[in-house]
Amino acid sequence: MAKLIYNRRRLLGLGAAGAGSLLLGACDQFDFLGQRNHPVRDFLERANALTYAAQRALVGEQALAREFSESEIRQGQRPNGSTDPRETVEEYRQLVEGNFAAYRLRITGLVETPKEYSLAELQNMPSRTQITRHDCVEGWSCIAKWTGVPLGRLLDEAKVKPQAKFVLYRCYDVMGGGLSAPEPYYETHDLIDAYHPQTICAYGLNGQALPVANGAPIRVRNERALGYKQPKYVHTIEVVDGFSHVGLGQGGYWEDHGYDWYGGI
Amino acid sequence: MTDQAMDRTAAADKPAKPKGPLISRQSIFTRVTHWVWAIALFFLLLSGLQVWNAHPALYIGQESGFEYNNAILRIGAENTPDGPRGFTTIFGHKFDTTGVLGMSELRGRPNYVGFPSWATIPSFRDLATGRVVHFFFAWVLVGALAVWLVASLANRHLWRDIILKPGDLRELPGDILDHITFRFSHGRSYTPLQKLAYFTVLVVLFPLIILTGLTMSPGMDAAWPWLVDVFGGRQTARTIHFIVMVLLVLFFVVHIVMVVLAGPINELRSMITGYYRASPGTEPDSKDKSNG
Repeated sequence: MAKLIYNRRRLLGLGAAGAGSLLLGACDQFDFLGQRNHPVRDFLERANALTYAAQRALVGEQALAREFSESEIRQGQRPNGSTDPRETVEEYRQLVEGNFAAYRLRITGLVETPKEYSLAELQNMPSRTQITRHDCVEGWSCIAKWTGVPLGRLLDEAKVKPQAKFVLYRCYDVMGGGLSAPEPYYETHDLIDAYHPQTICAYGLNGQALPVANGAPIRVRNERALGYKQPKYVHTIEVVDGFSHVGLGQGGYWEDHGYDWYGGI
Repeated sequence: MTDQAMDRTAAADKPAKPKGPLISRQSIFTRVTHWVWAIALFFLLLSGLQVWNAHPALYIGQESGFEYNNAILRIGAENTPDGPRGFTTIFGHKFDTTGVLGMSELRGRPNYVGFPSWATIPSFRDLATGRVVHFFFAWVLVGALAVWLVASLANRHLWRDIILKPGDLRELPGDILDHITFRFSHGRSYTPLQKLAYFTVLVVLFPLIILTGLTMSPGMDAAWPWLVDVFGGRQTARTIHFIVMVLLVLFFVVHIVMVVLAGPINELRSMITGYYRASPGTEPDSKDKSNG
């Protein structure tokens, strides 16, 4: 008994010392978690798959994000991320100068009939307007009114093939640069989000044409996800059965930089 | 150390007091979930501060005011005639918090972040990793709470030791007096103040921090629109999430102080082995050790 208690005491002492050094030694001891593909990080990342599965089970496919009233729009939509690709992308600069007359939104990939729409054609289609709360992954929120064509309608016109699993958005804006290689922004959604009634190819913001800072001419809204799941400056929507061949294979620019693919939390 | 030596140590702690019985106090569910929470809350706090540093401000309402002011807390750095300084603004009152909040040092160089690098995981700015760590341990916290709740309903721990009953309320003033004068009784159950503290943490603060966390999820807001209404907007929920974090940190500090004051070896033993040296006069029970 005495020996047992002695051992327990030693154990307690060691445990306390360990916990103390953990706290006092600051948290750079856990900096390895920042390494992509570290086995411990990979393990922790499995919780993201759990979150995705849990929310897909809990959130009805058609459940709508909250829509607000006009009086709740108290400010402009805060621009973030890329705010002016004209500086770096010549093709985009020319499109803006031509007032997007030469712009075409392409629907390609796993579809029966690939489509191309000019901005005027999109603006003449039945539209949806919604006042929603934009939630940035950084933590802030901003309420604004978005107008655009439901993506589901465009996908239906192009007739999505049965093997389709995801929708891939290719954008004009280029991230990185400097010392790192330039990486064009891209994003992906599953078909549930792509066909969601509030998922629109938005060309209007707060009753005006979508400004360059907010993604002109087309920003895809996905109101049940964070801001990085809502690609700006979209030029091509590609229906795919996987996305491992694009970028670093994680399904989006920010996903390639360690952010979770689902982005609904 | 021999039994005798140990008794001398115990005797030094509480002179002239006979030993009470060694009782079975904590069930395996309470002990395991306690340590799982201890680890989970450590990582949740430090990864949470990392996540918060991505936008170090708190607001009241649905959204964050950029063209108007609905912020109640803001941490940042500014250039002053004396060089850059870190500032914290609470309810319009601005405090210079250079060195800790807004501006601190990292390897001898100024670091312009909300909470300093020693308080975040990872120590450098990495929102993506902070989120990975935070959401993993959020699941751990929720899982442990579910296990504890089911077990504590089944073994009546919740009713017996956590929920305050009329008798506890009558004893509360005396218990407060006992705590103020550092007179601790070691019974089979908790004292009224302990019950109040554990009830607040387990039944109020844990559910509150989980629900306000879920309210920040745009996906969950679509599933459960009442979340946003209950907490008065996503940004208010984020503020409550932060305040509950502060309350849990305060609980942790008081908890550690109390463990140290009440006898750290005995308290730690009860939370590891389940056995607890009760005050003399405590009635033995069939589950207790026979050699008490």
